[in-house]
Amino acid sequence: MPVEIPKEKWPGSVLTVTLGALPSEGGTRKRVVTVGGETTLPFLHFEGEIPNPPVVAIEIKDRKPDDWSPLLLEAWKDVIDDPAQWAAAAEAAGADLIVLALSLTNRNGEPTTPEEAVANVKAVLGATGLPLIVLGPGQAEVDNTLLVAVSEATKGERLALGICEDKNYRTIVATAMANGHLVIARTPMDVNLAKQLNILISDMGLPLNCILMDPTTGALGYGIEYGYSVMERLRLAALQGDKMTQLPMIVTPGFEAWKAKESKVGEGVPKAWGDWLSRAINWETLTALTLIEAGADIVVLRHPESVKRVKAAIEELMAAKTLVS
Amino acid sequence: MALTGIQIYKLLPQTNCKECGFPTCLAFAMKLAAKQVELSACPYVSEEAKAQLEESAAPPIRLITLKSNGYEVKAGNEVVMFRHEKTFYNKPGLFVKLQSSALEEEVKSLAKRIHDYCVNYVGIELQVDGFAVEDDTHQPDKLKATLAAIRSVSNKPVMIFSDYPENLGPALEQLDNEVPLIGCATSDNWEKFADLAKRFKAALAVKADQIETLAELTEKIKGKGVEDLVLVPMGKNLGHELMLQTQLRRLALKANYRPVGYPTLAFCSSQAQMVQAIAKYAGFLVLDAFAEDLLYPLLVLRQNIYTDPQKPIQVQPGLYEINNPQPTDPVLVTTNFSITYFSVANEVESSGYPAHLLVTDAEGMSVLTAWAAGKFDAERIAKAVRAANLEEKITRKRLVLPGAVAVLSGEVEAELPGWEVRVGPREAVDIPKFYKQVLQVN
Repeated sequence: MPVEIPKEKWPGSVLTVTLGALPSEGGTRKRVVTVGGETTLPFLHFEGEIPNPPVVAIEIKDRKPDDWSPLLLEAWKDVIDDPAQWAAAAEAAGADLIVLALSLTNRNGEPTTPEEAVANVKAVLGATGLPLIVLGPGQAEVDNTLLVAVSEATKGERLALGICEDKNYRTIVATAMANGHLVIARTPMDVNLAKQLNILISDMGLPLNCILMDPTTGALGYGIEYGYSVMERLRLAALQGDKMTQLPMIVTPGFEAWKAKESKVGEGVPKAWGDWLSRAINWETLTALTLIEAGADIVVLRHPESVKRVKAAIEELMAAKTLVS
Repeated sequence: MALTGIQIYKLLPQTNCKECGFPTCLAFAMKLAAKQVELSACPYVSEEAKAQLEESAAPPIRLITLKSNGYEVKAGNEVVMFRHEKTFYNKPGLFVKLQSSALEEEVKSLAKRIHDYCVNYVGIELQVDGFAVEDDTHQPDKLKATLAAIRSVSNKPVMIFSDYPENLGPALEQLDNEVPLIGCATSDNWEKFADLAKRFKAALAVKADQIETLAELTEKIKGKGVEDLVLVPMGKNLGHELMLQTQLRRLALKANYRPVGYPTLAFCSSQAQMVQAIAKYAGFLVLDAFAEDLLYPLLVLRQNIYTDPQKPIQVQPGLYEINNPQPTDPVLVTTNFSITYFSVANEVESSGYPAHLLVTDAEGMSVLTAWAAGKFDAERIAKAVRAANLEEKITRKRLVLPGAVAVLSGEVEAELPGWEVRVGPREAVDIPKFYKQVLQVN
């Protein structure tokens, strides 16, 4: 009994964005990573192209973090005091990209200086051949000071700099434009706000293929359904041809999942929560897998075991390509 | 596909005889479309029209209900591809696999653990739905004994899977007035399975690796008079499973293709399969193993994906204790919109500072919206304070209002004599700073 499978013909597609630059392109990366380019919904190989698989980034800090779960500190304990070693360990753990999150203060408790930020970024670039994303500590003025210094010192590397938000994006966008980098645009779980920020940024003259958007997701159990649906709607809009939603999506399930009580706390929790370490890794893994089903192009993770599981799942999702001709 | 009022009108006698109780056939058609009356109210409707209307009234994905003594698990009746288009209705049932090769005592103790498993998430109790027994020894008596062992500790619904339909009889005879799911029927054994399903009034799982094969099988089985079917599309890998599930849902909803208008079941061994099955269209999941640390996030994911996006998600109003607060620690007030609650609870949680978080019933609205709508005022806050018995519980009476409703502080003071009313930050993210700079200082 022949059955005709309904197929969607989408007029639009996701833009491709390339992170990192090879020596021949003015950078120092050993390899570059290209994301985006989908012409259909996640992994529906039977009706469109998924030219680039989603990739996994591992988030590292410029020093031992103050507020991370002890489980994460344990997982990275041999390298956690040295961002260069940490980056190398992350690459060995299977990362496709490194995210270096700068701290507000250095290990002595003094405000991080632009010189320190640059030194750490350079050390990380020296320790890994992977493309790099650099995030400021999350306070507008500090972010701008540190990121401008980093951006200028790494001209041509095609780093992704973040975070651009509606209240603070101009300085970061300007320095990215001047030095050949990309930016990450983050908005709080809303399709229209995401579009609006992409418009503001591209109005400054940064080409759309130099922008990654982070629609914010929430962790499993902490609002993920909002993030999930916003991502699905953004991707549908992109495929329907809405230009300002056609950017690849970067999401941070590692950050989201590891601030949940389920991952952070090991004692005084219900017995039904089960083993702490397994639960915490499951929380991160399930959050990430859910977002990949919704169209994430880059997932930023923290625990090496989650990285392994998520990468295995991506491989299986992409393997189905060969089943359709 | 449901018909519109006008489409229904065309099938009616159009005589305006009024015997149905409505002034015109069109008015009656409109009521029918809105499912507010039964077609039987029209004495003159033709048999042909009746058949057509009944056909159109059937949901594109048939509702299947598995039943046991005291429990029901439903799947089907879904109407959209994406949850934001409306909502997903029937949460996929989570069943844990038990094998007939296991020792009886092991089955009993594991089934008991699964039965008793219950975890609280934002005031909702989440549980596993039932058991999937696998005839891995191919011995009918072992299968029967395994089922008996389960039934000695739990009455939750069961699924029974065997490659040999003739093995199922003795096990099924033990079930009293239940609707289990049996299977899996394939191209080779579907007739025996159909007979069995009919005899024991069971729902039947139908398995194939191609949609065409599934469609052929369901039509044949339906021809035998068995209509409570569940599809088991066997993908070759995760991506293939996603494609098959998506194609089945599309065929049912977009093409109204009846042969696959049934809920689906996914056998899951990896976490990725489980997540995908919940997010992308499975009506039932059979999990390979049971572990609390995985069941908890899975149950939460299912809850999240199946919340109605059109309704603000509410948390249970009441008192939530965070970081083990003492009677001298402050009371923080917020509303029961879930995202508001989560933002506040998360910030307090991760700050390490103890708080009594008082969640007032603001009908699921955020702080400012609720305040503007009159659902979050001094009176309601005072009522919540009394309902939570805080006058007794708290010795150092400090009440912190969200900064966005600073304007309420005078009224709250008037409503709650003896309480020191503080105005907290506008944004949850500033709560740790507020503790450090204000609450810790005095």
